[in-house]
Amino acid sequence: MAIWNKKSFAFSVLLLICLVILPFFLPRFYTYILASIFVMALLAMSLNLVVGHGGLYQFHHCVFYGVSAYTVALIITKTPLPYWVAFVAGPIVAMLVGFFICWFCVRLSKLYFAMLQISLGSLVWALAFRWYSLTGGDDGIHGVPMPEFISSTKSSYYFILIVLVASLIVLYLILKSPFGATLQATRDNPERCEAVGINVRRHQLVALVISTFFAGVAGVLYVILEQSVFPDLLFWVLSLEIFIMCLLGGWFTFAGPMLGAAIMVSLRTFVGIYTEYWTLVLGIILILLIFFLPEGVMGFLLSKFGSTPEQADNGGSH
Amino acid sequence: MEAGHTVTLAAMGSHFFVGLSRAMILFIVSSGLSFVLGVLRVPNIAHGSLYMIGAFSAFAVSIVAGGGATGFWLALIVAPLVVAAVSFIAERSLFCRLYEREHLMLLLFTFALMLILDDLVKIVWGAEYRSIMAPDFLKGSVTIFKSSFPRYNLFLLIVGPIVAVALWLFTNKSKIGKIARAAAVDREMVGAVGINVSWVFAFAFVLGCFLAGLGGALVAPTVSITLGMDHDIIIEAFLIVTIGGLGNMWGAMVGSLIFGITQSFGVLLWPQFAIVFPYAAVVIVLLLRPTGLLKSVW
Repeated sequence: MAIWNKKSFAFSVLLLICLVILPFFLPRFYTYILASIFVMALLAMSLNLVVGHGGLYQFHHCVFYGVSAYTVALIITKTPLPYWVAFVAGPIVAMLVGFFICWFCVRLSKLYFAMLQISLGSLVWALAFRWYSLTGGDDGIHGVPMPEFISSTKSSYYFILIVLVASLIVLYLILKSPFGATLQATRDNPERCEAVGINVRRHQLVALVISTFFAGVAGVLYVILEQSVFPDLLFWVLSLEIFIMCLLGGWFTFAGPMLGAAIMVSLRTFVGIYTEYWTLVLGIILILLIFFLPEGVMGFLLSKFGSTPEQADNGGSH
Repeated sequence: MEAGHTVTLAAMGSHFFVGLSRAMILFIVSSGLSFVLGVLRVPNIAHGSLYMIGAFSAFAVSIVAGGGATGFWLALIVAPLVVAAVSFIAERSLFCRLYEREHLMLLLFTFALMLILDDLVKIVWGAEYRSIMAPDFLKGSVTIFKSSFPRYNLFLLIVGPIVAVALWLFTNKSKIGKIARAAAVDREMVGAVGINVSWVFAFAFVLGCFLAGLGGALVAPTVSITLGMDHDIIIEAFLIVTIGGLGNMWGAMVGSLIFGITQSFGVLLWPQFAIVFPYAAVVIVLLLRPTGLLKSVW
């Protein structure tokens, strides 16, 4: 099994080159939209590690994203520590919170897992929402100053792109590693994994912690792009949205969630320009997708055009 | 109310009472969710939107009927029926075609339904705050043991148990209710004895949504009716159903009582972080009894 599929590798490189060149031609607004797609894409990819590949009902993923974003904003605005400390601390705090929450959650299965996570996550949200003296309550924190090299839209775009690509490579390698293969096996047949001596719970917990780390990275990128944080970052609606991104793009594929994120963000932006009822349009599109593209957009594209044996790679042999 | 004020017995009594009546609303909404979850095995994310439609319809009906007692009773009857009709259309036109599909697709559909319904509410009623008045005989409050209890909350305390008993009688004594419960346990078997499972599901879905609408109509006089009122209730209802035991009606009642009472005591003890209390209660329950307090039908 080759680690890099030639065709998709060539396509990725081509796409990357386009993304590097684009900001020179695009107006600032579009650069900004692309950058926010990248942030969402990384968040959805981190979620899909455990949802698509791990088969876990991670229903409140954005808590870790929000926790990281708040950590960055608080360190920068309330302490004299340098920027890089904040940028490193964000994902680490997200990972610690992730470990704490998921340590409880992996004990339960499926819907109970989801519900425990939603209630624990809502606790965190309630704290951010109500702790006015620390988090600014429902106003959030605005105008987080950023260092010179990432203060403009274009420079933050490149910074975000670099971090995204690096994260994607790491995520890809994780999935292709023995650990990734085991994770997918625990999704497909947990009983058999248990029987051959794999500690399923521990594997799931490790995967969850990794995914919360990358959610934390996305949180840092969010602050860099928006320079503000507010409690909606931790609200369950956002969690549901990124979950839908995974399903929409194709959750059994590697790149599907990114496509899902791109679709959702562009729909919101461009339909939002013409009508305030963009969620109505999104709902109708979702229903069309459910009926006509049940494998997700990416799954459809792959089965139609791709020679990519993604399914075979992921599914393993039974 | 400031944090650290003296917690008197009277204050505790009235908060307990307010919590109880809040629990009745939560019960009516979450029992509907629980019923759908039990029979169809689908977490209906659009349930909160249907609750919101219930509240807005109650508003519209009471305006048309000219307010007052007639408007109130009419709203209480018509609004849940409007919601039931909406859910019936959605179920028969689209949702019923998905029953054979992947489970997450059903979840995705209810999410899409939520998006659509939310915007439809925005189109029909706009984004302003609305409110309706309770009829005169439910206004004001009565004084029992030196603490005052709003009459409307007393009314909710009467309606909640009535709905519970009616639902229990319906699911346990009527034929269609028994079939629905049987379909919850073993849908293949129900189909095998010649019952049209698809219509059983339609019935269960519509009944569950009717309860959401009823909850919305009942809550309407006590809150400001606005977009976004669905976001809080849906998550609360899900948590209640989970801690009570999925698909178990009495579990929904127990869960609602826990949620409602911890919420109102939270307001009493530490107003700033009142919303933390019920979530903490849910966490404790789930850690002690991971599959809910009462027996789940799953």
